[in-house]
Amino acid sequence: MNIEGKRRVWKDYQKEIAGDNFFYVRSCVRQNFFPGSEKTFLRILKEELHKDIFENAAHTTCSGIGYHSDIVPFETTMTIVARQFALMTESGYENFATSCITSFGLYTEILETWHHFPEVEERIRKHLKNATGREFSKPKNLSHASDIIFKFRKEIAAVGKYRLINHYTGKPLRAVEHIGCHYSRMFPSKGIGGAEYPYVLIGMIEDWGGEVIDYPERRHCCGFGFRQYLIQANRGYSLSCSKKKFDSMAPYKPDFILTNCPGCPMFLDRWQYTISEMEGITYGENGHGIPVLTYEELAGMILGYDPWDLGLQVHQVPVEPLLDKMGIPYNADSKFLNKEGASMGKPKAPSFLKFY
Amino acid sequence: MKDFGYTLQPDFSIDFDRNDKRMMLYVVNHEPSLNLCIGCGSCTATCSTGHFTSFNIRAIHTLLRRGETHQLKQEIRKCMFCGKCQLVCPRGVNLRNVILRINRAIEQIG
Repeated sequence: MNIEGKRRVWKDYQKEIAGDNFFYVRSCVRQNFFPGSEKTFLRILKEELHKDIFENAAHTTCSGIGYHSDIVPFETTMTIVARQFALMTESGYENFATSCITSFGLYTEILETWHHFPEVEERIRKHLKNATGREFSKPKNLSHASDIIFKFRKEIAAVGKYRLINHYTGKPLRAVEHIGCHYSRMFPSKGIGGAEYPYVLIGMIEDWGGEVIDYPERRHCCGFGFRQYLIQANRGYSLSCSKKKFDSMAPYKPDFILTNCPGCPMFLDRWQYTISEMEGITYGENGHGIPVLTYEELAGMILGYDPWDLGLQVHQVPVEPLLDKMGIPYNADSKFLNKEGASMGKPKAPSFLKFY
Repeated sequence: MKDFGYTLQPDFSIDFDRNDKRMMLYVVNHEPSLNLCIGCGSCTATCSTGHFTSFNIRAIHTLLRRGETHQLKQEIRKCMFCGKCQLVCPRGVNLRNVILRINRAIEQIG
Protein backbone atom coordinates (compact mmCIF):
# COMPACT_ATOMS: atom_id res chain seq x y z
CA MET A 1 0.00 0.00 0.00
CA ASN A 2 1.32 3.42 -0.97
CA ILE A 3 0.63 5.23 2.28
CA GLU A 4 1.79 8.61 0.98
CA GLY A 5 -0.83 8.55 -1.80
CA LYS A 6 -3.54 7.46 0.61
CA ARG A 7 -2.69 10.26 3.05
CA ARG A 8 -3.07 12.80 0.25
CA VAL A 9 -6.55 11.42 -0.52
CA TRP A 10 -7.47 11.41 3.16
CA LYS A 11 -6.45 15.07 3.46
CA ASP A 12 -8.92 15.99 0.70
CA TYR A 13 -11.81 14.36 2.52
CA GLN A 14 -12.10 15.76 6.01
CA LYS A 15 -15.40 16.53 7.66
CA GLU A 16 -16.51 18.49 10.66
CA ILE A 17 -17.48 16.30 13.59
CA ALA A 18 -19.28 17.88 16.52
CA GLY A 19 -17.41 17.71 19.83
CA ASP A 20 -20.29 17.60 22.35
CA ASN A 21 -24.08 17.72 22.87
CA PHE A 22 -25.14 14.82 20.68
CA PHE A 23 -28.65 13.61 19.90
CA TYR A 24 -28.04 9.88 19.51
CA VAL A 25 -30.23 7.61 17.42
CA ARG A 26 -29.85 3.85 17.70
CA SER A 27 -29.97 1.28 14.93
CA CYS A 28 -33.03 -0.94 14.59
CA VAL A 29 -30.94 -4.10 14.06
CA ARG A 30 -27.63 -3.65 15.88
CA GLN A 31 -29.08 -4.33 19.32
CA ASN A 32 -29.99 -7.82 18.17
CA PHE A 33 -26.76 -8.47 16.28
CA PHE A 34 -24.21 -6.99 18.70
CA PRO A 35 -26.18 -6.06 21.83
CA GLY A 36 -23.31 -4.46 23.77
CA SER A 37 -22.06 -2.04 21.13
CA GLU A 38 -24.44 0.90 21.48
CA LYS A 39 -24.41 0.67 25.27
CA THR A 40 -20.60 0.74 25.15
CA PHE A 41 -20.65 3.81 22.90
CA LEU A 42 -22.84 5.67 25.41
CA ARG A 43 -20.67 4.49 28.29
CA ILE A 44 -17.50 5.73 26.59
CA LEU A 45 -18.97 9.10 25.77
CA LYS A 46 -20.51 9.66 29.18
CA GLU A 47 -18.01 8.03 31.54
CA GLU A 48 -14.67 8.35 29.73
CA LEU A 49 -15.10 11.48 27.60
CA HIS A 50 -17.70 13.24 29.81
CA LYS A 51 -19.84 14.36 26.89
CA ASP A 52 -23.51 15.23 26.78
CA ILE A 53 -25.36 12.64 24.70
CA PHE A 54 -29.12 12.27 24.70
CA GLU A 55 -31.55 9.61 23.48
CA ASN A 56 -35.26 10.11 22.91
CA ALA A 57 -37.41 7.07 23.68
CA ALA A 58 -39.87 8.05 20.92
CA HIS A 59 -37.22 7.43 18.24
CA THR A 60 -38.12 4.74 15.70
CA THR A 61 -36.44 3.02 12.78
CA CYS A 62 -35.36 5.44 10.04
CA SER A 63 -36.98 2.90 7.65
CA GLY A 64 -33.74 2.69 5.63
CA ILE A 65 -33.85 -1.11 5.75
CA GLY A 66 -37.28 -0.99 4.09
CA TYR A 67 -36.24 1.75 1.66
CA HIS A 68 -33.19 -0.17 0.45
CA SER A 69 -35.32 -3.32 0.13
CA ASP A 70 -37.74 -1.48 -2.17
CA ILE A 71 -40.56 -1.85 0.34
CA VAL A 72 -40.87 1.69 1.74
CA PRO A 73 -41.19 4.59 -0.75
CA PHE A 74 -38.71 7.49 -0.44
CA GLU A 75 -41.51 9.97 0.35
CA THR A 76 -42.51 7.92 3.41
CA THR A 77 -38.89 7.48 4.47
CA MET A 78 -38.29 11.25 4.24
CA THR A 79 -41.31 11.91 6.47
CA ILE A 80 -40.09 9.36 9.04
CA VAL A 81 -36.65 11.01 9.02
CA ALA A 82 -38.29 14.43 9.37
CA ARG A 83 -39.93 13.08 12.53
CA GLN A 84 -36.52 12.04 13.92
CA PHE A 85 -35.28 15.58 13.27
CA ALA A 86 -38.38 16.90 15.05
CA LEU A 87 -37.51 14.76 18.10
CA MET A 88 -34.01 16.24 18.06
CA THR A 89 -35.39 19.77 17.81
CA GLU A 90 -37.90 19.16 20.63
CA SER A 91 -35.10 17.77 22.80
CA GLY A 92 -33.04 20.93 22.27
CA TYR A 93 -30.15 19.42 20.31
CA GLU A 94 -28.50 20.29 16.99
CA ASN A 95 -25.81 17.62 16.57
CA PHE A 96 -27.27 14.41 15.18
CA ALA A 97 -25.28 11.22 15.81
CA THR A 98 -26.36 7.95 14.23
CA SER A 99 -25.40 4.45 15.26
CA CYS A 100 -26.24 2.86 11.91
CA ILE A 101 -24.35 3.34 8.64
CA THR A 102 -27.47 2.94 6.53
CA SER A 103 -29.27 5.54 8.64
CA PHE A 104 -26.25 7.84 8.26
CA GLY A 105 -26.29 7.37 4.48
CA LEU A 106 -30.04 7.90 4.38
CA TYR A 107 -29.97 11.07 6.49
CA THR A 108 -27.19 12.38 4.26
CA GLU A 109 -29.16 11.48 1.11
CA ILE A 110 -32.28 13.21 2.43
CA LEU A 111 -30.45 16.37 3.53
CA GLU A 112 -28.76 16.53 0.11
CA THR A 113 -32.13 16.00 -1.62
CA TRP A 114 -33.66 18.81 0.38
CA HIS A 115 -30.64 21.04 -0.34
CA HIS A 116 -31.05 20.60 -4.10
CA PHE A 117 -34.86 20.40 -4.14
CA PRO A 118 -36.24 22.78 -1.46
CA GLU A 119 -39.77 22.15 -2.70
CA VAL A 120 -39.44 18.50 -1.61
CA GLU A 121 -38.41 19.64 1.88
CA GLU A 122 -41.45 21.93 2.03
CA ARG A 123 -43.72 19.07 0.99
CA ILE A 124 -42.26 16.77 3.65
CA ARG A 125 -42.63 19.48 6.30
CA LYS A 126 -46.33 19.64 5.39
CA HIS A 127 -46.66 15.82 5.51
CA LEU A 128 -45.11 15.75 8.98
CA LYS A 129 -47.24 18.62 10.25
CA ASN A 130 -50.43 17.00 8.94
CA ALA A 131 -49.54 13.58 10.30
CA THR A 132 -48.07 14.46 13.71
CA GLY A 133 -48.37 18.22 14.25
CA ARG A 134 -44.58 18.37 14.55
CA GLU A 135 -42.05 20.84 13.11
CA PHE A 136 -38.29 20.46 12.87
CA SER A 137 -34.95 22.13 12.29
CA LYS A 138 -32.29 20.39 10.24
CA PRO A 139 -29.24 19.24 12.21
CA LYS A 140 -26.22 21.56 12.26
CA ASN A 141 -23.93 18.58 12.32
CA LEU A 142 -24.53 15.00 11.16
CA SER A 143 -21.98 12.42 12.27
CA HIS A 144 -21.82 8.68 12.38
CA ALA A 145 -20.92 7.23 15.77
CA SER A 146 -17.64 5.91 14.29
CA ASP A 147 -16.76 9.51 13.32
CA ILE A 148 -17.13 10.47 16.98
CA ILE A 149 -14.96 7.58 18.22
CA PHE A 150 -12.46 8.53 15.47
CA LYS A 151 -12.45 12.14 16.71
CA PHE A 152 -11.69 11.02 20.26
CA ARG A 153 -9.43 8.06 19.38
CA LYS A 154 -6.32 9.65 20.90
CA GLU A 155 -8.16 10.44 24.14
CA ILE A 156 -9.34 6.81 24.29
CA ALA A 157 -5.79 5.59 23.66
CA ALA A 158 -4.49 7.90 26.42
CA VAL A 159 -6.77 6.39 29.08
CA GLY A 160 -6.81 2.88 27.58
CA LYS A 161 -5.42 -0.14 29.45
CA TYR A 162 -4.58 -2.24 26.41
CA ARG A 163 -3.13 -1.69 22.97
CA LEU A 164 -3.37 -3.59 19.70
CA ILE A 165 -0.03 -5.24 20.35
CA ASN A 166 0.49 -8.99 20.40
CA HIS A 167 1.08 -9.82 24.03
CA TYR A 168 3.37 -12.74 23.11
CA THR A 169 5.48 -11.27 20.30
CA GLY A 170 5.35 -7.51 20.97
CA LYS A 171 4.36 -6.92 17.35
CA PRO A 172 1.35 -4.85 16.21
CA LEU A 173 -1.83 -6.86 15.66
CA ARG A 174 -2.85 -7.11 12.03
CA ALA A 175 -6.33 -5.80 11.27
CA VAL A 176 -8.69 -5.86 8.33
CA GLU A 177 -10.85 -2.72 8.29
CA HIS A 178 -14.21 -2.98 6.57
CA ILE A 179 -16.33 0.13 5.97
CA GLY A 180 -20.09 -0.03 5.44
CA CYS A 181 -21.09 0.85 1.87
CA HIS A 182 -23.46 3.62 2.97
CA TYR A 183 -20.77 5.46 4.93
CA SER A 184 -19.17 7.38 2.08
CA ARG A 185 -19.77 5.61 -1.21
CA MET A 186 -22.84 7.69 -2.00
CA PHE A 187 -21.42 11.00 -0.69
CA PRO A 188 -17.61 10.75 -0.44
CA SER A 189 -17.30 14.21 1.11
CA LYS A 190 -19.39 13.08 4.10
CA GLY A 191 -16.92 10.40 5.18
CA ILE A 192 -13.43 10.79 6.62
CA GLY A 193 -11.03 9.88 3.82
CA GLY A 194 -13.62 9.71 1.04
CA ALA A 195 -15.10 6.67 -0.67
CA GLU A 196 -12.05 4.79 -1.93
CA TYR A 197 -9.78 5.05 1.11
CA PRO A 198 -11.95 5.84 4.11
CA TYR A 199 -9.68 6.60 7.05
CA VAL A 200 -12.18 6.41 9.89
CA LEU A 201 -11.33 2.87 11.06
CA ILE A 202 -7.69 3.00 9.96
CA GLY A 203 -7.17 6.01 12.23
CA MET A 204 -8.50 4.06 15.22
CA ILE A 205 -6.42 0.96 14.49
CA GLU A 206 -3.20 2.94 13.97
CA ASP A 207 -3.64 5.12 17.04
CA TRP A 208 -4.44 2.11 19.18
CA GLY A 209 -1.24 0.35 18.11
CA GLY A 210 -2.37 -1.98 15.32
CA GLU A 211 -1.41 -2.44 11.70
CA VAL A 212 -3.88 -2.36 8.79
CA ILE A 213 -3.77 -5.02 6.07
CA ASP A 214 -4.23 -4.05 2.44
CA TYR A 215 -5.66 -6.98 0.46
CA PRO A 216 -7.15 -7.31 -3.04
CA GLU A 217 -10.86 -7.40 -2.14
CA ARG A 218 -10.58 -4.76 0.56
CA ARG A 219 -13.31 -2.53 -0.83
CA HIS A 220 -15.65 -5.37 -1.78
CA CYS A 221 -19.07 -5.23 -0.12
CA CYS A 222 -19.72 -7.77 2.67
CA GLY A 223 -22.67 -8.96 0.59
CA PHE A 224 -25.56 -7.97 2.88
CA GLY A 225 -27.21 -5.91 0.13
CA PHE A 226 -30.64 -5.99 1.80
CA ARG A 227 -32.53 -7.66 -1.07
CA GLN A 228 -29.79 -10.29 -1.36
CA TYR A 229 -30.34 -11.38 2.19
CA LEU A 230 -34.05 -10.93 2.77
CA ILE A 231 -35.10 -13.76 0.46
CA GLN A 232 -33.65 -17.05 1.64
CA ALA A 233 -32.94 -18.45 -1.83
CA ASN A 234 -30.90 -15.30 -2.68
CA ARG A 235 -28.64 -15.55 0.34
CA GLY A 236 -26.07 -17.39 -1.73
CA TYR A 237 -25.19 -14.02 -3.33
CA SER A 238 -24.58 -12.51 0.06
CA LEU A 239 -22.58 -15.53 1.24
CA SER A 240 -20.50 -15.61 -1.96
CA CYS A 241 -19.49 -11.95 -1.54
CA SER A 242 -18.27 -12.58 1.99
CA LYS A 243 -16.42 -15.74 0.91
CA LYS A 244 -14.64 -13.76 -1.79
CA LYS A 245 -13.43 -11.35 0.88
CA PHE A 246 -12.34 -14.11 3.26
CA ASP A 247 -10.45 -15.95 0.50
CA SER A 248 -8.70 -12.69 -0.35
CA MET A 249 -7.78 -11.64 3.20
CA ALA A 250 -6.90 -15.04 4.69
CA PRO A 251 -3.33 -15.27 3.21
CA TYR A 252 -2.46 -12.04 5.08
CA LYS A 253 -3.36 -13.72 8.39
CA PRO A 254 -5.44 -10.97 10.01
CA ASP A 255 -5.87 -11.08 13.79
CA PHE A 256 -9.30 -9.47 13.57
CA ILE A 257 -11.76 -7.60 11.34
CA LEU A 258 -13.02 -4.16 12.38
CA THR A 259 -16.29 -2.79 10.99
CA ASN A 260 -18.52 0.28 11.35
CA CYS A 261 -21.82 -0.98 9.90
CA PRO A 262 -24.67 -3.03 11.40
CA GLY A 263 -24.75 -5.53 8.53
CA CYS A 264 -21.04 -6.07 7.85
CA PRO A 265 -20.01 -7.47 11.27
CA MET A 266 -23.16 -9.56 11.34
CA PHE A 267 -22.43 -11.21 8.00
CA LEU A 268 -18.64 -11.36 8.22
CA ASP A 269 -19.11 -13.05 11.61
CA ARG A 270 -22.04 -15.40 10.94
CA TRP A 271 -21.06 -16.36 7.41
CA GLN A 272 -17.78 -17.79 8.69
CA TYR A 273 -19.88 -20.35 10.51
CA THR A 274 -22.07 -20.98 7.44
CA ILE A 275 -19.06 -21.42 5.13
CA SER A 276 -17.46 -23.79 7.63
CA GLU A 277 -20.63 -25.89 7.75
CA MET A 278 -21.06 -25.85 3.95
CA GLU A 279 -17.45 -26.29 2.83
CA GLY A 280 -15.52 -27.25 5.93
CA ILE A 281 -13.32 -24.15 5.56
CA THR A 282 -12.17 -21.97 8.46
CA TYR A 283 -10.17 -18.77 7.94
CA GLY A 284 -8.37 -18.14 11.24
CA GLU A 285 -5.44 -19.94 12.84
CA ASN A 286 -5.75 -23.58 13.98
CA GLY A 287 -9.38 -24.03 13.01
CA HIS A 288 -10.51 -20.74 14.50
CA GLY A 289 -12.35 -18.06 12.59
CA ILE A 290 -11.23 -14.44 12.22
CA PRO A 291 -12.85 -12.47 15.08
CA VAL A 292 -15.09 -9.64 13.86
CA LEU A 293 -15.55 -6.54 15.99
CA THR A 294 -17.54 -3.35 15.96
CA TYR A 295 -15.54 -0.16 16.65
CA GLU A 296 -17.37 0.30 19.98
CA GLU A 297 -16.39 -3.21 21.07
CA LEU A 298 -12.78 -2.57 20.13
CA ALA A 299 -12.78 0.78 21.95
CA GLY A 300 -14.25 -0.99 24.98
CA MET A 301 -11.52 -3.64 24.83
CA ILE A 302 -8.84 -0.92 24.65
CA LEU A 303 -10.42 0.74 27.69
CA GLY A 304 -10.33 -2.56 29.60
CA TYR A 305 -14.08 -3.21 29.86
CA ASP A 306 -15.14 -6.75 30.71
CA PRO A 307 -15.43 -8.64 27.38
CA TRP A 308 -18.77 -10.15 28.44
CA ASP A 309 -20.15 -6.64 29.24
CA LEU A 310 -19.28 -5.73 25.64
CA GLY A 311 -21.42 -8.61 24.38
CA LEU A 312 -18.51 -10.49 22.84
CA GLN A 313 -20.04 -13.81 23.94
CA VAL A 314 -22.78 -13.50 21.32
CA HIS A 315 -20.31 -13.48 18.41
CA GLN A 316 -20.44 -16.54 16.21
CA VAL A 317 -16.64 -16.52 15.82
CA PRO A 318 -15.14 -16.71 19.31
CA VAL A 319 -13.00 -13.69 20.23
CA GLU A 320 -10.90 -15.45 22.89
CA PRO A 321 -7.84 -15.84 20.59
CA LEU A 322 -7.78 -12.05 20.16
CA LEU A 323 -8.30 -11.44 23.88
CA ASP A 324 -5.37 -13.76 24.57
CA LYS A 325 -3.17 -11.95 22.05
CA MET A 326 -4.02 -8.57 23.59
CA GLY A 327 -3.46 -9.92 27.10
CA ILE A 328 -7.02 -9.10 28.19
CA PRO A 329 -8.14 -11.31 31.11
CA TYR A 330 -11.58 -12.94 30.97
CA ASN A 331 -13.52 -15.43 32.98
CA ALA A 332 -14.42 -18.33 30.68
CA ASP A 333 -16.91 -19.66 33.26
CA SER A 334 -19.03 -16.51 33.21
CA LYS A 335 -19.20 -16.24 29.41
CA PHE A 336 -22.78 -17.42 29.22
CA LEU A 337 -24.04 -16.06 32.53
CA ASN A 338 -26.37 -13.07 32.69
CA LYS A 339 -26.02 -10.10 35.07
CA GLU A 340 -27.78 -12.05 37.83
CA GLY A 341 -25.33 -14.92 37.41
CA ALA A 342 -27.91 -17.28 35.89
CA SER A 343 -27.08 -19.33 32.82
CA MET A 344 -28.24 -17.93 29.47
CA GLY A 345 -27.73 -21.35 27.87
CA LYS A 346 -24.69 -22.44 25.91
CA PRO A 347 -24.95 -22.58 22.12
CA LYS A 348 -24.33 -25.85 20.32
CA ALA A 349 -20.76 -26.13 19.06
CA PRO A 350 -20.28 -25.87 15.26
CA SER A 351 -18.99 -28.89 13.34
CA PHE A 352 -15.74 -27.27 12.16
CA LEU A 353 -15.31 -23.78 13.58
CA LYS A 354 -13.41 -23.98 16.84
CA PHE A 355 -15.62 -23.04 19.76
CA TYR A 356 -14.86 -22.19 23.39
CA MET B 1 -22.50 -30.73 5.11
CA LYS B 2 -25.52 -28.67 6.16
CA ASP B 3 -28.18 -27.44 3.74
CA PHE B 4 -29.15 -23.85 4.52
CA GLY B 5 -31.55 -23.47 1.59
CA TYR B 6 -29.06 -21.50 -0.53
CA THR B 7 -25.71 -22.22 -2.11
CA LEU B 8 -22.33 -20.61 -2.66
CA GLN B 9 -21.86 -19.12 -6.12
CA PRO B 10 -18.64 -19.87 -7.99
CA ASP B 11 -16.21 -16.97 -8.11
CA PHE B 12 -15.92 -15.54 -11.64
CA SER B 13 -13.04 -13.21 -10.91
CA ILE B 14 -9.92 -13.80 -13.00
CA ASP B 15 -6.76 -14.06 -10.99
CA PHE B 16 -3.77 -13.24 -13.18
CA ASP B 17 -1.39 -14.37 -10.45
CA ARG B 18 -2.91 -17.85 -10.22
CA ASN B 19 -3.96 -18.54 -13.81
CA ASP B 20 -1.80 -20.74 -15.99
CA LYS B 21 -0.06 -18.57 -18.59
CA ARG B 22 2.05 -21.34 -20.16
CA MET B 23 -0.26 -21.70 -23.16
CA MET B 24 -0.17 -17.97 -23.89
CA LEU B 25 3.64 -17.93 -23.68
CA TYR B 26 3.89 -20.96 -25.98
CA VAL B 27 1.66 -19.36 -28.63
CA VAL B 28 3.32 -15.94 -28.48
CA ASN B 29 6.80 -17.50 -28.70
CA HIS B 30 5.82 -19.44 -31.82
CA GLU B 31 3.70 -16.69 -33.40
CA PRO B 32 5.00 -13.29 -32.15
CA SER B 33 2.73 -11.41 -34.58
CA LEU B 34 -0.09 -12.00 -32.05
CA ASN B 35 1.46 -9.21 -30.00
CA LEU B 36 0.51 -6.79 -32.79
CA CYS B 37 -3.22 -7.36 -32.19
CA ILE B 38 -5.15 -4.18 -31.38
CA GLY B 39 -8.37 -6.03 -30.52
CA CYS B 40 -10.37 -4.37 -33.33
CA GLY B 41 -12.55 -7.46 -33.80
CA SER B 42 -12.38 -7.58 -37.61
CA CYS B 43 -11.43 -11.28 -37.35
CA THR B 44 -14.61 -12.00 -35.38
CA ALA B 45 -16.76 -9.96 -37.76
CA THR B 46 -15.68 -11.95 -40.79
CA CYS B 47 -15.44 -15.38 -39.15
CA SER B 48 -17.33 -18.13 -41.06
CA THR B 49 -17.80 -20.24 -37.92
CA GLY B 50 -18.93 -17.18 -36.01
CA HIS B 51 -21.86 -16.79 -38.41
CA PHE B 52 -23.28 -20.14 -37.35
CA THR B 53 -22.01 -20.65 -33.77
CA SER B 54 -20.96 -18.62 -30.74
CA PHE B 55 -17.29 -18.92 -31.81
CA ASN B 56 -15.48 -15.60 -31.31
CA ILE B 57 -11.79 -15.37 -32.20
CA ARG B 58 -11.34 -12.08 -30.37
CA ALA B 59 -12.70 -13.78 -27.26
CA ILE B 60 -10.28 -16.68 -27.91
CA HIS B 61 -7.42 -14.20 -27.71
CA THR B 62 -8.77 -12.80 -24.42
CA LEU B 63 -9.16 -16.30 -22.94
CA LEU B 64 -5.60 -17.13 -24.02
CA ARG B 65 -4.18 -13.96 -22.42
CA ARG B 66 -6.11 -14.56 -19.20
CA GLY B 67 -5.08 -18.20 -18.95
CA GLU B 68 -8.71 -19.37 -19.04
CA THR B 69 -7.69 -22.63 -20.66
CA HIS B 70 -10.80 -24.67 -19.86
CA GLN B 71 -13.10 -22.42 -21.94
CA LEU B 72 -10.39 -22.05 -24.56
CA LYS B 73 -10.30 -25.81 -25.13
CA GLN B 74 -14.05 -25.93 -25.58
CA GLU B 75 -14.14 -23.08 -28.09
CA ILE B 76 -11.06 -23.65 -30.23
CA ARG B 77 -12.45 -26.90 -31.70
CA LYS B 78 -15.06 -24.95 -33.64
CA CYS B 79 -12.58 -23.18 -36.02
CA MET B 80 -12.75 -24.40 -39.66
CA PHE B 81 -9.35 -22.92 -40.66
CA CYS B 82 -10.87 -20.94 -43.54
CA GLY B 83 -8.41 -18.10 -42.90
CA LYS B 84 -10.77 -15.19 -43.60
CA CYS B 85 -9.79 -13.67 -40.23
CA GLN B 86 -6.18 -13.50 -41.42
CA LEU B 87 -7.17 -11.82 -44.69
CA VAL B 88 -8.96 -8.95 -42.94
CA CYS B 89 -6.55 -8.43 -40.02
CA PRO B 90 -5.27 -4.82 -40.27
CA ARG B 91 -2.14 -5.74 -38.31
CA GLY B 92 -1.23 -8.79 -40.34
CA VAL B 93 -1.46 -11.27 -37.47
CA ASN B 94 -0.99 -14.83 -38.70
CA LEU B 95 -4.23 -16.05 -37.12
CA ARG B 96 -4.27 -19.48 -38.73
CA ASN B 97 -0.93 -20.17 -37.12
CA VAL B 98 -2.23 -18.79 -33.83
CA ILE B 99 -5.14 -21.28 -33.92
CA LEU B 100 -2.76 -24.08 -34.93
CA ARG B 101 -0.38 -23.21 -32.08
CA ILE B 102 -3.24 -23.10 -29.56
CA ASN B 103 -4.21 -26.63 -30.66
CA ARG B 104 -0.57 -27.72 -30.34
CA ALA B 105 -0.34 -26.11 -26.91
CA ILE B 106 -3.45 -28.00 -25.80
CA GLU B 107 -1.84 -31.25 -26.98
CA GLN B 108 1.54 -30.54 -25.36
CA ILE B 109 0.65 -28.58 -22.20
CA GLY B 110 -2.84 -29.91 -21.67
